[in-house]
Amino acid sequence: MRKILPLHLSMRFLRVWERNLLVYRQNWKISFVPPLLEPFFYLVAFGVGLSTLVGNINYDGSEISYMLFIAPALLAINIMNNAFFENTYASFVRMYYQKTFDAMMATPLTLEEIITGEIVWGATKSVIATSIMLAVISLFGLIRYPEGLLIIPLSLIGGIAFGSIGMIFTAIVANIELFNLPVFLFITPMFLFSGTFFPIENLPGWAQYIAMLLPLTHMVNLTRSLSLGIVDMSLLPGFCYFVISCIVFFPLAIHKMHRRLIK
Amino acid sequence: MKVAQENHREELSMSPVIEAKNLTKIFGDLTAVDNISFNVYPGECFGMLGPNGAGKTSTIRMIYGLSPITRGALAVFGLDIAQNTRAIKSRLGVCHQDNNLDPDLTVKENLEVFSRYFNMSPAAARVQAESLLRFMALEHRKDARITELSGGMMRRLVLARALLNAPELLILDEPTTGLDPQSRHQVWERLGELKAKGLSILISTHNMDEAARLCDRLIIMDHGGILVEGKPLELINQHVGHDIIEVLEPNQSLRAFVRARNMEHEDLGHRLIISTGDGNALFREINNDYCKEGCIMRMATLEDVFLKLTGRELRE
Repeated sequence: MRKILPLHLSMRFLRVWERNLLVYRQNWKISFVPPLLEPFFYLVAFGVGLSTLVGNINYDGSEISYMLFIAPALLAINIMNNAFFENTYASFVRMYYQKTFDAMMATPLTLEEIITGEIVWGATKSVIATSIMLAVISLFGLIRYPEGLLIIPLSLIGGIAFGSIGMIFTAIVANIELFNLPVFLFITPMFLFSGTFFPIENLPGWAQYIAMLLPLTHMVNLTRSLSLGIVDMSLLPGFCYFVISCIVFFPLAIHKMHRRLIK
Repeated sequence: MKVAQENHREELSMSPVIEAKNLTKIFGDLTAVDNISFNVYPGECFGMLGPNGAGKTSTIRMIYGLSPITRGALAVFGLDIAQNTRAIKSRLGVCHQDNNLDPDLTVKENLEVFSRYFNMSPAAARVQAESLLRFMALEHRKDARITELSGGMMRRLVLARALLNAPELLILDEPTTGLDPQSRHQVWERLGELKAKGLSILISTHNMDEAARLCDRLIIMDHGGILVEGKPLELINQHVGHDIIEVLEPNQSLRAFVRARNMEHEDLGHRLIISTGDGNALFREINNDYCKEGCIMRMATLEDVFLKLTGRELRE
């Protein structure tokens, strides 16, 4: 790990963030579509269609409707996907095909600032999409306020963690096709088995232990509690999980990128 | 005049813009740059010539702080590159070998966003971008996407981008590779103007015309090392002489003639190349007595020096 890291990281990372924001603003209408429509589709298909078969779910000792159960999971998945996909495919395109990082590195920007700008941008996309989705889900009356508003700052921390993990893959994959591996071995299993569409208690014991290691499980727990208006010490482990993830994966992403780009 | 020139040189020698001493770069088993030393002085255009893989780009990447040096010392603007990378980079303009313009942005946005990387204010960025677009004759395409530009326009835009921060040193890595003659001349024209304004320029190229035209001094590199250093004309006179006589399909009697006279020559089988000081008399003689398939006399160029020193084998 590089010891001089703080020296190389200034607020200039915001310049990189601004560049991505400028590009995003050109297509914001298209970027707004998924978080607007996705909750509709899921809530209608799963909530309305499937919930008659599923009935109510026992969560934390009380019965809640299936829609109430899956709505916060949609938010958690959305936090994960926005940051992860931005810092894998989109960052890789900028780095590898467009050589945007090369051009930036000939300016006073440092590699640390470029990667930080990218990761904070990925997290920003999580925040934007989460805010939109939260508004849509609120129309169904599935979010308790004001506690539910805490999901927005949570999406920033979660976005940085998931984005950093994505950036680590970006630093090590040889070509863009290889992102299929983390997507199908990491993202898709989490999407299905992290207490998203059914409680992890329904899994066999060993699988529950594995699920408890996965970041999305903790994100789902957090968004679900907050949606239900629960703000107490039970949130602490999940919160710590993400703070620690940021502390570990963010410097690791910079370190790996350093290895890839500085030769 | 002579005194003034010497004074000038003395003044220059006091503070080189780039000072490389025993500079070495090793990647695993490959020594890309092998113990080279050179200085670039303010206001001069310094060329780095060499075949592919000679170590030009590796050297350039060290100069703008992207690539840590393995051994030796490298100072830019008198500052050690490892300790002052950010300060040095803020005073440099870099034109990369491959086009890395931002395809997500328009021509104008490319310049404005890039100036923000130098922490220029948005207002200053806009003014600077406009004036550079005018300088590079790109004003009419300011709202175009990068993909809509021709190769020549892209190069001019890369050059404009490298000038945004009003650099004290411009680094050009093969600035005209792949351009048509019109675009190439336009780039040379602009570089000439910048040079006249006193900008220091480091240029890597394997276009000999470009080097002869722009460079005050140059080095020829091969296999990571420096073969020669000097002014273009001096190098030509020193290494190949003034005139070149080329004879197609030379016969044995010409070969014997050349050897008997101990003339500097290169025998390529179907072509014999003779380098000489003043070739007029010799050319008349060869033309009358030995020329069957055709022979020409021309001025010696930097390309002759280059081929003589780096050989004719293909590199890739």
